[in-house]
Amino acid sequence: MDFIDLLQLLIYGVVLGSILTLGAIGVSLLFGILRFSNFAHGDLMTVGAYVAYAVISSFGLPIWAGLPVAMITSALVAVAVDQSVYRRLRRTKPVILLISSFGMALVVRAIVQLIWGPQDRALVKGIQIPIRLGDIVIRPDHLWIIGGTLVIVILLHLFLSRTRMGKAMRALSDNMDLARVTGIDAERVIIWTWALGGALAGAAGLFLALDARLTPMMGWTALLPIFAAAILGGFGKPYGAIVGGMVIGIVSEMSTAVLPSAYKPAIAFAVMIIMLIVKPNGLLGGRK
Amino acid sequence: MSIDMAGLASYGVFLLTLAGIYAVLTLALNVQWGMTGLFNIGIAGFYAIGAYTAAIATTPSSTEHLGGLNLPFVAGLVAAMLVSGLVALLIGALTLSLRSDYLAIASIGIAEIVRLIFKNEDWLGNGVRGIAGIQRPFSEEPLVYLAVVLVVLALVYFAIERARKSPWGRVLRAVRENELGAQAAGKDITRFRLEAFVLGSMIMGLGGALYAHFVGFVSPEAFEPIFGTFLAWVMLIAGGSGNNKGAVLGAFLIWIVWSGTELLTNLLPAGMATQASALRILLIGLLLQVILLKRPEGVLTEERPHVHATPVMDSKEAEEDAAE
Repeated sequence: MDFIDLLQLLIYGVVLGSILTLGAIGVSLLFGILRFSNFAHGDLMTVGAYVAYAVISSFGLPIWAGLPVAMITSALVAVAVDQSVYRRLRRTKPVILLISSFGMALVVRAIVQLIWGPQDRALVKGIQIPIRLGDIVIRPDHLWIIGGTLVIVILLHLFLSRTRMGKAMRALSDNMDLARVTGIDAERVIIWTWALGGALAGAAGLFLALDARLTPMMGWTALLPIFAAAILGGFGKPYGAIVGGMVIGIVSEMSTAVLPSAYKPAIAFAVMIIMLIVKPNGLLGGRK
Repeated sequence: MSIDMAGLASYGVFLLTLAGIYAVLTLALNVQWGMTGLFNIGIAGFYAIGAYTAAIATTPSSTEHLGGLNLPFVAGLVAAMLVSGLVALLIGALTLSLRSDYLAIASIGIAEIVRLIFKNEDWLGNGVRGIAGIQRPFSEEPLVYLAVVLVVLALVYFAIERARKSPWGRVLRAVRENELGAQAAGKDITRFRLEAFVLGSMIMGLGGALYAHFVGFVSPEAFEPIFGTFLAWVMLIAGGSGNNKGAVLGAFLIWIVWSGTELLTNLLPAGMATQASALRILLIGLLLQVILLKRPEGVLTEERPHVHATPVMDSKEAEEDAAE
């Protein structure tokens, strides 16, 4: 294992980190406002990726046309699930929502499997020509994933800091009662939070499919590292999720230098447990 | 029209045996969730540990995996409970002082790591090929094994029901309902949680062991982990969490519904056969949402403990209070 190999792993880590970041921001935003961990988040990613796949493959569109499709689909599914089920459960204990979202994860996955079947699918057909920088090999897909994530994160930052709705979201996340007193319509903000979290999940799903393949289980398997990233960054802190996502992504890929790669999914878990013991509020101090 | 009575009877025995095993699992979840409020969605992990432990303990010596130790059936059950309990103790000590969401997330991780270990460590459980030849006790006759499962289920039921009514069970309830109150009353809530978590996980291990002897074979993919976990949750919620009778009732009820959906999916055209399991999960998933919306307390609601108008303590309780 020399320096070049490590650098190569670092690139893979940043790619994985980008995908996890997009998922973790959504989980964190939703947690900040609704105080519950959405166990269906991974499957929101899956459904966005599949619908985008269906649209681009049946109309012969370029991959990039799939991005808005995935984002809009996941956002719509998220809002629909919230309005039809979660909204009615909001007055009960948050843990009931947790159970409901766990069930919803299976429902969404079952629907994906009913429509597209259990087999793997490739989002892109054919062989890509990798870009070579000296001894380092970069897939064009990976550049798109990293670039796409960067653009989305910048837009998100502008949204949260410049728009009324973004500010309302942050206010609700900081103090629900105080925000309500100032006249913020909490229900409207909640709907927008689902739409935003869903849209980010859709993008994450498409990127995940671009990096690997489409399978009905893809989102569920990504859920654990996404939660790990959100916890690492401090639950309820969307900016922390960026740091958390990158750390988990890079550590997971780098671990393959010393551990069998079969255990890669366990690394995120190990980092999360260590974090929970050492600093349960997350790197940037989220909610305990 | 002639009905194959023998076939029907043997299907009935099969159905009841699995329902009985699920009832053990649901009771275990009731200790953790129903009685204490611990959110564990890694049931499959402890179930797998129990199944593998029983397999390693009771199969004859083999070069393909650890053991086998060729121990009797009951020793395998005890070993399954001990190993599951030990793992739960380790995990619980790390995560139980945290919020319920974190425990839930951690429990997915546990189940995933357990699966990865059994899949990749060939020396332990023969990797993806799994361990075969696990025998049933007394005889291979399905009816005999059904009796064994029902006896174990009855023992577990009475033990948990006793625990629920004991002072220990009441503290668990207090921890669930009002953490700060229980703490203010001088209860070490983390310790009580840990005890409930370990006890529940041991019983999940027991359920896994019963399953291993029933199907005679264990492999990393044999458990359909998310399913097992999910079904146990639906069973407990439907039956009535916090109520042990409800847990057992829910297990049998939902298992019958679950098996019924198979009859339904058998009506699908042949081309759709591979989609049948997805359709079944969809139906059960929707059923859970309906229950949560319409009757979140389940069929049988939790029995409230008797509250005396004037505080009357029996001597045992007074002793315990004095001791603390």
